[in-house]
Amino acid sequence: MTGDLATMGPASQVPLPLHERSPKGTEILRVRGLKKHFAMRLGLWERHGDVVKAVDGVDLTIRSGETLGLVGESGCGKSTTGRTVVRLLEPTAGTIHFRGYDITHLSRRELRPFRREMQVVFQDPQSSVNPRHTVGEILAEPLKLHDVYESSGGEKRVQELLDLVGLSSNHAKRYPHEFSGGQRQRIGLARALALRPQLLVLDEPVSALDVSIQAQIINLLEDLQDELGLAYLFIAHDLSVVRHIAHRVAVMYLGHIMETGTPEQVYRSTGHPYTKALLSAVSIPDPSLRDARERIVLQGDVPNPASPPSGCPFRTRCWLADERCAVETPPLTDRLGDGHMTACHYPERLSPVPTGTPLAQ
Amino acid sequence: MSDVPALSGEAPLLSIRDLVTVFDTPEGIVRAVSGVSYDVHPGEVVGVVGESGSGKSVTAMSLVGLVEQPAGRIVSGRALFDGEDLLAASPKRLRQLRGSQIGFVFQDPMTSLNPVLRVGTQVVEAIRLHDRKISRREARDRALEVLKLVGIPNPEKRIDQYPFQYSGGMVQRVMLAMAIVHRPRLLIADEPTTALDPTIQAQILDVLREAQRETRAATILITHDLGLVAEMCDRVVVMYAGRVVESGGVDQIFHRPRHPYTVGLMASLPRLDGRAERLVPVPGQPPNLVQTPSGCAFHPRCALRQERLPCVELVPPLAQIEPGHRSACHFSDEVPTLVAAVARETGVALGRDLLVEPAVGEGEA
Repeated sequence: MTGDLATMGPASQVPLPLHERSPKGTEILRVRGLKKHFAMRLGLWERHGDVVKAVDGVDLTIRSGETLGLVGESGCGKSTTGRTVVRLLEPTAGTIHFRGYDITHLSRRELRPFRREMQVVFQDPQSSVNPRHTVGEILAEPLKLHDVYESSGGEKRVQELLDLVGLSSNHAKRYPHEFSGGQRQRIGLARALALRPQLLVLDEPVSALDVSIQAQIINLLEDLQDELGLAYLFIAHDLSVVRHIAHRVAVMYLGHIMETGTPEQVYRSTGHPYTKALLSAVSIPDPSLRDARERIVLQGDVPNPASPPSGCPFRTRCWLADERCAVETPPLTDRLGDGHMTACHYPERLSPVPTGTPLAQ
Repeated sequence: MSDVPALSGEAPLLSIRDLVTVFDTPEGIVRAVSGVSYDVHPGEVVGVVGESGSGKSVTAMSLVGLVEQPAGRIVSGRALFDGEDLLAASPKRLRQLRGSQIGFVFQDPMTSLNPVLRVGTQVVEAIRLHDRKISRREARDRALEVLKLVGIPNPEKRIDQYPFQYSGGMVQRVMLAMAIVHRPRLLIADEPTTALDPTIQAQILDVLREAQRETRAATILITHDLGLVAEMCDRVVVMYAGRVVESGGVDQIFHRPRHPYTVGLMASLPRLDGRAERLVPVPGQPPNLVQTPSGCAFHPRCALRQERLPCVELVPPLAQIEPGHRSACHFSDEVPTLVAAVARETGVALGRDLLVEPAVGEGEA
């Protein structure tokens, strides 16, 4: 089921009617060569500091009804990518197409109709809502801003939204602080869904939640996607969560995508040493696997994105790296033509495990 | 107690009995810990798991007099550390024990060091605090030694740097170094890797394992991460709403859980092997500790309850299931059936042992 989503149809270059719904599998978002650089200010007056290349040449495609999981560690640029593709940040280079429309450099006013179709949900919705507004007011706000409050049904639409995310109608009169973390995330989702968007950027939506509640929200996200045909860009650092929810996965490191493919491809036939190290760092809740797993412990920390290594960004921590990796940046390539792409010069060297690493039997 | 056997057969190093700790808040009295008992034996790693508000950290803080004052109060209980009741110990005595016989590592490494003092100064201070006779020079050598042990690269240079020049993972290594420098007999690690990235977590776990091997300290690993528990611990204590709901050996807890909450936690977990078709969350919201539900605090969210009176009226005792394995559930003999149902729904072989050999209760309910 995930396979046909990934291979379905060529990219639509002709814009589709913006506010219409397209069948599952239609390309919604196409990002090519996206860069977002931030200038660091050294002091109060000196503006010519280093440039942090938070996102440095990223390609993404998301189709309706599909979840693209974007994983990586802090500072890898995954959140910046999420914010830039929906134009909360101005891209430095590259192109962003939404349903075939080039939105890369649209002005705020020109973006307005697109805002309805692309919404963002953050880790803690508490910080993005007015604490003095009731939940009802919070949900009505986007509708009023886009002048569709009355036409969408007014209070009835608010009730509908509460119902959609599993809250009861009397919750509308309460304030955000009266809710637990899981319920607040439901409110955040309801607000994001108010304008019936096609794309949700979910930035660590379940990371702050306890496991038992996290599972509730994950199931809710899956149900909403089925029901509404939503496309998700699901940004997270938790590989197990991404494995569970995503149809396709992209692994980021220092502003670059190192590997992308179906979860099966990325998790089972891992083609990049960084992904391999990330996966081996996840502890598995099964004590009988304790000594049976291959563990790769990377040396050192992630390099400073203001002065990334030459060549392959991962080479300073990679046990496969040699001189070539310092000189030549490996392009993201589809070696077998099956949509599984990796950015590594030596994927064939991946199977031998570095010395000192306990090997699976 | 005698029916919670040690792996080593030795007497417990730490014995917590009926601990009750409350906090006064504007909303009312929060019963953070309401009657917790567990043992830690020499050399073993005990995982204390539970979600936020389960009381897992407050229990540990209560032991060593670090409960936030004046809001927090230890109402009753005992905590025998090598025969000495920590809850009755004077603040001075607790200061002596902390950092020497009992070491600590907390979740947020960045707020644990003083930002305006060099890292080395702080490690040396920690050493000299409990060893008055050691000279500055000797203390510095010890500091270098222990920093090397926890894997600080280039410690001769790093020792004179300030905390801001360290990454989160490096600070956590320093915290671990300070916790083990006096070879404590008990190490309390409260979510030691939670704030760190996966690849850094793996590094810290390695250091923690190494430190544990080196010092042979009995370790309490407080975490919400079942994966971490499965990988690191010998025994497990599962907490919910300020109480222990299940305890046992790591294989007992993971392969034949006997409390519906433990089963709920496992069924909620997304799997790296991708085998869970659909997660089975624990329904409802976390408990309100000002008005903890009557009877079994888990009853409003329990998959087994079915409106039965004991669940609503009686606090279930932590009763023995098999040697070393205890569960606080009135209907713990029905848990295997629940596990089977969950396993069917998720497609994951939870509680493997239960599935292979259906225990008492299969077929009922």
